[in-house]
Amino acid sequence: MKAFAQLLDRLSYTPGRNAKLALMTRYFQTAPDPDRGWALAALTGTLPFKAPMRRILLELMEKRLDAVLYRLSRDYVGDTAETVALAWPEPLHPAEPPRLADVVTALRTASKAEIAGLIETWLDGLDATGRWALLKFITGALRVGVSARLAKTALAALRDCDPDEIEEIWHGLSPPYGALFGWLEGCAPRPDVTGSPVFRPLMLAHPLEEADFAGLDLDAFAVEWKWDGVRVQIAGGGDHVRLYSRTGDDISAAFPELVAPFRFEGVLDGELLVMRDGVVAPFNDLQQRLNRKTVTRRTLEQFPAHVRLYDSLVLGDADLRALPFAERRLMLERWYSDMQPPRMDLSELVVCNSMDDLAEIWRKTRAAEMEGLMLKRRSSPYLAGRPKGHWYKWKREALTIDCVLMYAQRGSGKRSSYYSDLTFGLWREPTGGTPELVPVGKAYSGFNDAELIELDRWIRQNTVETFGPVRSVSAGLVLEIAFDAAQRSSRHKSGVAMRFPRVHRIRWDKPAHEADRLPTLEKVITGVDQPVIEP
Amino acid sequence: MTNSAKFDTWIYPTKRGLYCAAGDFYIDPSQPVERAVITHGHSDHARAGHGRVLATPETIAIMQIRLGKTCAGALQSQGYGSVLQIGDADVSLHPAGHILGSAQILVRHRGQRAVVSGDYKRRFDPTCAPFEPVPADLFVTEATFGLPVFRHEPDASETAKLLEVQRASPGRTILIGVYGLGKCQRLILLLRQAGYDRPIWLHGALVAMCDLYQTLGIDLGPLAPVAAATSTLAGEIVLCPPSALADRWSRRLADPVTGFASGWMRVRARARQRGVELPLVISDHADWPELVTTIAETAAEEIWVTHGREDALVHQIGLMGRRGRALAMVGRDEEAE
Repeated sequence: MKAFAQLLDRLSYTPGRNAKLALMTRYFQTAPDPDRGWALAALTGTLPFKAPMRRILLELMEKRLDAVLYRLSRDYVGDTAETVALAWPEPLHPAEPPRLADVVTALRTASKAEIAGLIETWLDGLDATGRWALLKFITGALRVGVSARLAKTALAALRDCDPDEIEEIWHGLSPPYGALFGWLEGCAPRPDVTGSPVFRPLMLAHPLEEADFAGLDLDAFAVEWKWDGVRVQIAGGGDHVRLYSRTGDDISAAFPELVAPFRFEGVLDGELLVMRDGVVAPFNDLQQRLNRKTVTRRTLEQFPAHVRLYDSLVLGDADLRALPFAERRLMLERWYSDMQPPRMDLSELVVCNSMDDLAEIWRKTRAAEMEGLMLKRRSSPYLAGRPKGHWYKWKREALTIDCVLMYAQRGSGKRSSYYSDLTFGLWREPTGGTPELVPVGKAYSGFNDAELIELDRWIRQNTVETFGPVRSVSAGLVLEIAFDAAQRSSRHKSGVAMRFPRVHRIRWDKPAHEADRLPTLEKVITGVDQPVIEP
Repeated sequence: MTNSAKFDTWIYPTKRGLYCAAGDFYIDPSQPVERAVITHGHSDHARAGHGRVLATPETIAIMQIRLGKTCAGALQSQGYGSVLQIGDADVSLHPAGHILGSAQILVRHRGQRAVVSGDYKRRFDPTCAPFEPVPADLFVTEATFGLPVFRHEPDASETAKLLEVQRASPGRTILIGVYGLGKCQRLILLLRQAGYDRPIWLHGALVAMCDLYQTLGIDLGPLAPVAAATSTLAGEIVLCPPSALADRWSRRLADPVTGFASGWMRVRARARQRGVELPLVISDHADWPELVTTIAETAAEEIWVTHGREDALVHQIGLMGRRGRALAMVGRDEEAE
């Protein structure tokens, strides 16, 4: 427990990705089995238990701390597990600190009534950091800034292999991952996951640059629409069908209508959409289905999910990934017509005969509510990661709008001494009143290091007020913001939220009062106006 | 059973600070007054512009460095333990263990004893005299860390953590934010006690106070100003005021590991808020157990709480069967520590 507590403690304060990786790799190298496997499960969110901790902790604290003092402490700390860890009285006779594996075994076999007693004994055996780590472990919500992917990347260092090699077998394994550690350390064969519905690392596309466009041989490419949904993988094996996010998270539970109705052997690549009567709903509708652990009947009816397929990685027991795209596509089409799977269809291939034709189609993507075009080399195998020269995404032209810088916040890590997080606004003119700025978005990118230094200087020289890490600045700097789309939002004061905003240009030359008005942005949402096209 | 009214006839809070009517003086007033008794040199307690000031010799030296030689009409120093009669009050100063020169102020009036503790702590601090419990009828306490979640770790484990990170990060500067008066010098001595004998580098704002400590006989070992450095100070320990941690000044250093030595570092959200990578729970204020123990030891039946998380402490005082009262003093900078 001590090593795990130290790991979590350091991870929670360490901002850098590489530093986090080094901490985890060292832990995996030095911690014993099966403790490290349970730690890995905690870091990747695969722990097999869930205890109703909030109530248990309240009961335990009641015996030790006055209720008013507890409430005031909880209000101040802002986190129940941490409050209990800090306020827990040091026992006169400390108990033996538990091992991570003992905690798991005990929790899995304990009856509901026994859990409180177990936790009590463990807390009595630990220091403040240990208590905090134990409670984070049991609740399963570590919140130390580590994604499952980052944990697997740290793990891959044990074998000096690519984390994708771990992804290939990950969903066929279960904690405490003894076989996996054995393989990584070279003392056991690669775990065999044949027949289980495992996730395969995705192939990703590069943005199409101008240089690529000039040299493009259109005949060598298949063209598809870039759908405005999210990428998913659907895997079937044995008696299970599972839906995975692009990072390999199992999201099956939130999409029962996709995984329940049929069985198949294989792995397919596609786009998750909300679709009603054959018409794709706006991205906003899809968002109602994302990031949920479960789903209600009402949501299922209101926001029916659909997968638009565009590739097959495995069919039956044949791994197709080494085959060219064109062949995989044919096999996908054949599979689809044989199976007729419900709530799925094929992503059509876009016919285009010339580069001019292609450019013309692309120009119309926004009007057609497509996110853009995909260009896939017909001869390319299915390669994990983002290999160069195979797949290109050509996103629809960004919208741009001239905003005024309102607030700036210090960045983190290497940017902690720079005001790099920018909040900008548009003018609103109340009838009869004076124009005022309302914030419409935040951007962190789109400027180079030299521009960042200039921005930082401008912000310091034009600060009106400072609130901790945030400065408000006088209305004097215009930022030309590029963004993909605008949506209605009740969470923003302006009533509008932008998708993917970034600084397109810093308009040092433009007076702030000439920046755009809020209605200009509102028009893009309603679709009344033609998009603002970049010069 | 005593009640506030019993003391209120001769000592009570005012807009300018705690006022002793029996001697016509204020304790740590927030605005200029004719006569002030000052507990210690931190800027939210010691201000310029009073007519006459009474404080320990060290506090007066600190005030003169920070506020100027002529920061008050008259500066009168008084050592720990001796008694001065002011009007109808007998005033003596007793070590508070907070920083060099810090004092609790005992005021006796017609058989009643009021002890105004200023800021204090109970654990060992090599830079100042240790807190002395003074029996009191009325005890005035701070409550900066007045919540049961605040239990400061042993200093030695925190310095060990610092030195471990320093050894493990040879390419990076270890940059620690410290309050310039007290915390800075204490952390330096804690590092010396842990065997660290390399020069410790100082932000310019910390130099004068360290010089004063050395003049007053507290040996801090080799110190050097960052301005004089000819490298990016990779692998070295640098101390700076908290405000400089993430500011342009720190860009000259080698990919700094930023630390902060403060009791607030006990709570993760507070460390993250400041982007602190190396939180060190080293505090010059009493933690919760020290507050509770001290209140019990003074045997006072009436306790006034000046600033901090007074709700919780006043509640606790009630649980201990005493009368607690929150004074909500204006002008106290509870974040600076």
